[in-house]
Amino acid sequence: MSSTSVRAEFPLEEGTPPAPESPRWRGLGTPLVFLAPAIFFLVIWMVYPTLRTMLRSLYSDDGDRFVWLENYERLFRDDRLLTAIKNNAFWVLLIPAAVTAVGLIFAVLVERVRWSVAFKIAVFMPLAVSLFAVGVIWRIMYQQDPERGAINAAISGAKGFVQETGVLSTAKPSSDALEGTPKGGLTLKDAIRPGAVATLGLTAVSAGEIPEDAKEAVQPEPLQGGISGVVWRDFKPGGGTPGEVEAEEVGLPGVTVELRDAAGKKIDSTTSEDDGTFRFEDVGDGEYRVAIGASTFAQPFRGVNWLGDKLITPAIMFAYIWVTAGFAMVIIGAGLAAIPRDVLEAARTDGGSEWQVFRRVTVPLLGPVLTVVFVTQIIGVLKIFDLVVAIAPGSSQDDAATLAFVMWQRAFSGQNLFGLGAAISTFLLVLFIPFLVFQIKRFRTETA
Amino acid sequence: MKRHRLHLLALLLMLVLAVAAAGCGGDDDEGDEAGADTAATAAEETTEEAVSGSINVLAVWTGAEGEAFQAVLDGFTEKNPDVKVSYKSAKDPGQVLATSVEGGNPPDIAALPSPGLMKDFASRGALKEIDFVKDAITENYAGSWLDLGTVEGKLYGLFFKGANKSTVWYNVAVFEDAGVEPPEDWDAFLEAADTLKASGVAAYSLGGADGWTLTDLFENIYLRTAGPEKYDQLADHEIPWTDPSVKEALTEMGKVLGDTENIAGGTSGALQTDFPTSVTQVYSTPPKAAQVLEGDFVGGVIAAETKAKPETGFNVYAFPEIGDSGQVVVGGGDVMVMFKDNPAARALIKYLATPEAGQIWAEKGGFSSPNKNVDESVYPDEITKKTAIDLAQAEVFRFDLSDLQPAAFGGDAMFTILQDFLKSPKDVDGAAQKLEKAAAAAFKS
Repeated sequence: MSSTSVRAEFPLEEGTPPAPESPRWRGLGTPLVFLAPAIFFLVIWMVYPTLRTMLRSLYSDDGDRFVWLENYERLFRDDRLLTAIKNNAFWVLLIPAAVTAVGLIFAVLVERVRWSVAFKIAVFMPLAVSLFAVGVIWRIMYQQDPERGAINAAISGAKGFVQETGVLSTAKPSSDALEGTPKGGLTLKDAIRPGAVATLGLTAVSAGEIPEDAKEAVQPEPLQGGISGVVWRDFKPGGGTPGEVEAEEVGLPGVTVELRDAAGKKIDSTTSEDDGTFRFEDVGDGEYRVAIGASTFAQPFRGVNWLGDKLITPAIMFAYIWVTAGFAMVIIGAGLAAIPRDVLEAARTDGGSEWQVFRRVTVPLLGPVLTVVFVTQIIGVLKIFDLVVAIAPGSSQDDAATLAFVMWQRAFSGQNLFGLGAAISTFLLVLFIPFLVFQIKRFRTETA
Repeated sequence: MKRHRLHLLALLLMLVLAVAAAGCGGDDDEGDEAGADTAATAAEETTEEAVSGSINVLAVWTGAEGEAFQAVLDGFTEKNPDVKVSYKSAKDPGQVLATSVEGGNPPDIAALPSPGLMKDFASRGALKEIDFVKDAITENYAGSWLDLGTVEGKLYGLFFKGANKSTVWYNVAVFEDAGVEPPEDWDAFLEAADTLKASGVAAYSLGGADGWTLTDLFENIYLRTAGPEKYDQLADHEIPWTDPSVKEALTEMGKVLGDTENIAGGTSGALQTDFPTSVTQVYSTPPKAAQVLEGDFVGGVIAAETKAKPETGFNVYAFPEIGDSGQVVVGGGDVMVMFKDNPAARALIKYLATPEAGQIWAEKGGFSSPNKNVDESVYPDEITKKTAIDLAQAEVFRFDLSDLQPAAFGGDAMFTILQDFLKSPKDVDGAAQKLEKAAAAAFKS
């Protein structure tokens, strides 16, 4: 880049009168003196490292063997790199467009709201936070446990209005006398007749979940012409015998027990007593089934697994949009302000609806600005790294991997695969080139 | 242009020279000093009785650990008042030593965090043999430690500080509620887990977001099911990861990982739980799990981040035996090596091999001595004592296997593969094949 900008100065020189000795270089003297510091630092920190990295990519990891293109071959054999290439492709395809679109919407809307300055500040603020800190914030917000992650807590709060958590959300049947799943309710496997006793043993009820008024469970007496039974925590320290009501085991009060006929239709329901017993009196002869309804076991909201392998990349992308939308909004907003008002007025006078004006006049006039935002974002997205490190937990890092991230991982996280790392960097540089060329060309046409 | 180019060149040259001068300056000073020291010690001292001179020691310990180690060194200078010992700490001793060895002025003695690093330096000829403490090691240490300090038949390393990773930390109240005793063998362990589940608390807390917690679990199982010989062969990749012994260990591991209802937060929860959380959630109210399977450093996390009290709130038991594995320990340790052979350095190494040296730090806490003759009563509490004794008296001790692997495997691929195994714990063959593929790639490069 530096050399092109130097050459761009040449035309100026043609206008100056030729000097007697070394006419070609004379006019270059002053600009070069001024450019020297910049060139110097660019060479030290940009040109030299770039060339050195490219050269390094042809050597083995420890640097003492010339291996030609072997590192590039390794690059395409590395599973994680293939994931990274795929992820980078998604990033480039989705995010620059999304950021530009969101920025455009905000920029247009912000002109119409009353507290536009406050709104602008709110949207722009994330840009003032370091990307890594943004990652840490979102990592916490995305936690799966609703007690830890703000997003799942919000969803959990919203769901709480709709669905209630059951009294025994974690309970499991203690023996195979009960069939079904806690999700669909548990039913006694064997049908029973009046006079029989139904024992519904449950385990995996933690000590903290036992209702306070629970008393020691008792084996109920058979009921003449009715069905009696007990729901109890079939567990005592050490385990106990499954299916048997024993000393130290407590009844589970407040459980809704259903009586169903042989066809499975609900006839009656009752609630268990403090010692876990329940009774259905005056039941006609026939076969019945006793069940505990699904609502007893209704699980609390467990939280969306934002940080798991499936959602991790979209989750990071969202955080990225949150950060960069402000930048896009400000740039596009400046472009909007520069659009001559009379053009818009003219379009409106000609009878264009707001949407038509926006689509046919505003957006085309904003074209160059939108391109700037778009291309800047492509470059920003290609090198995405900090958010991946900060948001993805270790177990999802391989699913969230991007090229810059894998480069760091292979070369600098203790693996010391410098040859491979250099090859990844060079590969990334090649991906950058078309966009850099595009940017430079655009600068030229703009200055021309 | 020539003139400008010259200017540029001159500028560049000046900068390069300035940087070089600054960089080398420090090194030169140290080099001169160290050189002079060695010369002085070599000239003055030959007898063992009263050594003098000054030696440099490098290790990773800072803060409280740094102070404790300084106290150990003070114990040495008290006995050898003519020796001046200066201690420096480095965050990454391996890296610092690599450059100082290259530059020709390593410290006299350094503590390395892994035997792999010791092997590295030994193969480069940077280390001096320490066979003069062989007898002391044989007398004070279990056999494994001597082998670990030996490279190709030559003794280079003395283990001074150990870490016991074969421990299980449990919530005492949860165990009491469930009527479970700390199990001694694997079957009892799995049975206890079932009982814990029936009591309504998940048996296992796994820090699956940090892959190393899973490698530690695998290593503990593998050392018990396959035995120390296979463990060593696998560590050197002399047998492939598709070996039946690996699959057997993975199958046993699957009995824990596959009991998803018994893992706090289930599989997806475990994959998002980092190590510190895997500890704290065992002691939260209500507790999310009954026990966490990790090394002796869990004690520090419990003390710092929870309100649980030792013995009444939290306690520890040794990782259960599997079959007739006996009392074996997987762990880590810092190994003292000698880069310069001089009487003062020899005296310090000899001193560090004595029980007294270990006792000084043991009293201050946060330290397990691999030296079995360290007086047990000096450990500040019962729990530290228990893990330290298990470590020092283990019939078999093996170093953390993943730490002995190339970093691309042991510090990365192995994590990911075991995390995948946590997701699908029935896929033993798939996991073994992936491990072999990754290990082969890492050992090749």
